[in-house]
Amino acid sequence: MSHDSAFAPTGRRIARTFIVHVEDRPGTLNRVVSLFRRRGFNIDSLTVGRTERAGVSRITLVVQSDEDTAQRLEANLYKLVNVLEVHDVTHSPAVSREMAFVKVRAGAERRGEILQLCETFRARVVDVAPESLTAEITGTPEKLDGLIELLRPFGIAEMVRTGAVAMARGAATQGAAGASEGELAA
Amino acid sequence: MDVAETQEQWRRALPGTTPARMTGAQILWEVLAREGVEVVFGYPGGAIMPAYDALPASRIHHVLVRHEQGAAHMADGYARASGKVGVCVATSGPGATNLVTGIATAMLDSSPIVCITGQVSSALLGSDAFQEIDITGITLPITKHNYVVTRAEELADTLREAFEVARSGRPGPVLVDITKDAQQGTAPFRWSDEPVRLPGVRPVHRLGQEQIERAAGLIDQARRPLILCGHGVIKAGASEQLLRFAEKAGIPVASTLLGLGAFPASHPLSLGMMGMHGEAWVNQAVQESDLLIAAGMRFDDRVTGNLKNFAVTARKIHLEIDPAEVNKNVKADVALIGDVRRSLERLTPAVKPREHGEWLTRIAEFRGDSASRDVQGIPHEGRLRAPHVLHDLWRLTRGEALVVTDVGQHQMWEAQYYRHERPRSLITSGGLGTMGFALPAAMGARFARPADEIWVVAGDGGFQMTACELITCAQEGIKVNVALINNGYLGMVRQWQEFFYGGRYVATPLKSPDFVKLVEAHGLTALRVTRREEIPAAVETARNAPGTAVIEFCVEGEEAVYPMVPANADLHAMIRRPSRIEESIDEP
Repeated sequence: MSHDSAFAPTGRRIARTFIVHVEDRPGTLNRVVSLFRRRGFNIDSLTVGRTERAGVSRITLVVQSDEDTAQRLEANLYKLVNVLEVHDVTHSPAVSREMAFVKVRAGAERRGEILQLCETFRARVVDVAPESLTAEITGTPEKLDGLIELLRPFGIAEMVRTGAVAMARGAATQGAAGASEGELAA
Repeated sequence: MDVAETQEQWRRALPGTTPARMTGAQILWEVLAREGVEVVFGYPGGAIMPAYDALPASRIHHVLVRHEQGAAHMADGYARASGKVGVCVATSGPGATNLVTGIATAMLDSSPIVCITGQVSSALLGSDAFQEIDITGITLPITKHNYVVTRAEELADTLREAFEVARSGRPGPVLVDITKDAQQGTAPFRWSDEPVRLPGVRPVHRLGQEQIERAAGLIDQARRPLILCGHGVIKAGASEQLLRFAEKAGIPVASTLLGLGAFPASHPLSLGMMGMHGEAWVNQAVQESDLLIAAGMRFDDRVTGNLKNFAVTARKIHLEIDPAEVNKNVKADVALIGDVRRSLERLTPAVKPREHGEWLTRIAEFRGDSASRDVQGIPHEGRLRAPHVLHDLWRLTRGEALVVTDVGQHQMWEAQYYRHERPRSLITSGGLGTMGFALPAAMGARFARPADEIWVVAGDGGFQMTACELITCAQEGIKVNVALINNGYLGMVRQWQEFFYGGRYVATPLKSPDFVKLVEAHGLTALRVTRREEIPAAVETARNAPGTAVIEFCVEGEEAVYPMVPANADLHAMIRRPSRIEESIDEP
């Protein structure tokens, strides 16, 4: 990370994506979330799960912030003893995906219309009931937004989104394996 | 288990021998001793009893406090006076929560302490058992890190890690919560001299030559440069490096409250304190400077005033160990992240020798104007004013005492009138502003600096918050001298009421006990001073008293601290001392 970008333009708030590797210890997630609450950073989404390495968890965070705030956020995350690596992949080539279930109110008469929309968005229908239909969609957060907006007029009974997970493209890795051995031993 | 048996077990725990099985309680004290701990400050209770039971067999001295807040402040005072890690101990539940104010105080001033708390047995965790509280949850935002230990096997490594976290990088408090069964259980004790491995703690050295050269370039070009010296200079042990840098580059030095002592007050380049109650000429110099070199300080709001109009014409170089502080309040043109001492060692050879005669002359002009308003110039007519007391205390102790101040008006007068020549000669609660800090912090400092003269300066309000520790002084034979500045008010709040709340003194007039009787009831020496002439004899008596001695200075009630930058006002928009002081502070 670079801290001497004093002349970089600031002030523009955009959605930023961070990949954070943490030690899988009790309370670690609590520490991360508490940091965000205390410093007033606004979380769009947060996902957490295991990685290819035992004892290391990976958090994908999406936060609305400007350049300065993003740098301080990264620096503050590094101050947590259980945080191993932080990568701001906002401007790196990366794939980002989110999944959602959307339960739409739909009787037989409108089902066809909804199925058509789902097909266009490559959403899968995972449950059909007499008065409802549940679609599963995976894609960028923007793609999910798109489908949800189109389904809204039919009446969304229930919805759940996972939050985004991200990974760098190509051979570049933000993997957990490099998180403590290589760089930190130096 | 008797003492001889325990010591035999420790002997067997030496490297190269079969690891001895020890109880968690024994491991606790053994690790502390090996970390160099000589004294701990604490208070026993149910969940920490196994640990206390094993204490007499260890080499560690225990100071029984009267309230756990005092224990945390003592550990903090010990840490600030010595540069080592201070340790306090408390039981679960209320014992642990009583530490909270002391932990937060240490956090805000980056003081390395390790807090040991007892916890209910692991089987009872989460059941709201008697005296169970989630102390790691409570202290999560006010510790650098904290741990729960539920097994004796984990204790040694966790404690070593706790000490490493507390003192490394930007120091801070660490809490280790140990369940009762972890204290009672046994485990093989192994000690390794290998450095503690913390995969999540990164050493900070990202200082490239390019950044040094950019900083040196700005310094060489500057016409009105100013160094802002903070607590980090003291923590890094960088006073000498700062002196060499300032002298070579010919740059005057302003200080934050916690930076006082880092640069000798008598040095021609020393300006004194900046900020809300900083000297007027210093704040004026900050506002007119064209380059600020901030060393180990974090641009706190009490230092900058209104950020929008803070030193707008100045570029900023920030020497700071914590990357999260850079660009937080003030945007840095060049950031030198890392240990301040090493940064200064790199920077000094890179700058050209300079003298800034014109700039220094200009600052001297501001200073002349301030001196004419100074309270020292006002005849005292026998009446006692707090600034006179602090000035006289400075003269009588030849500026060589370790002074520990509480929070409020007296704290600011001390900062203005007691001139500190050496690092770690002033200990005060800056970030959190904790009333009641001074007496216990000074008691902790006493263990770190057995030979030094120590003075507590406290107000009548703050002193009463932790005065219970006087009896700890008596029980332990701790010698500190106390200058109790009694103005009959919560003085700083009263001053704000006078300036900003229409003079409505709500809840600030303060009745106090007869302090002389109170102190004497503890078997300690007490004196009362009501006239300036009496100060030298009283100070002499206090210094010569065998134990703790308290001098109550009955000072003018409605004196205010000048100058003052109102909260969030521009740094140069100071309220100055009225030139005819008698009009403003006559008694009713």
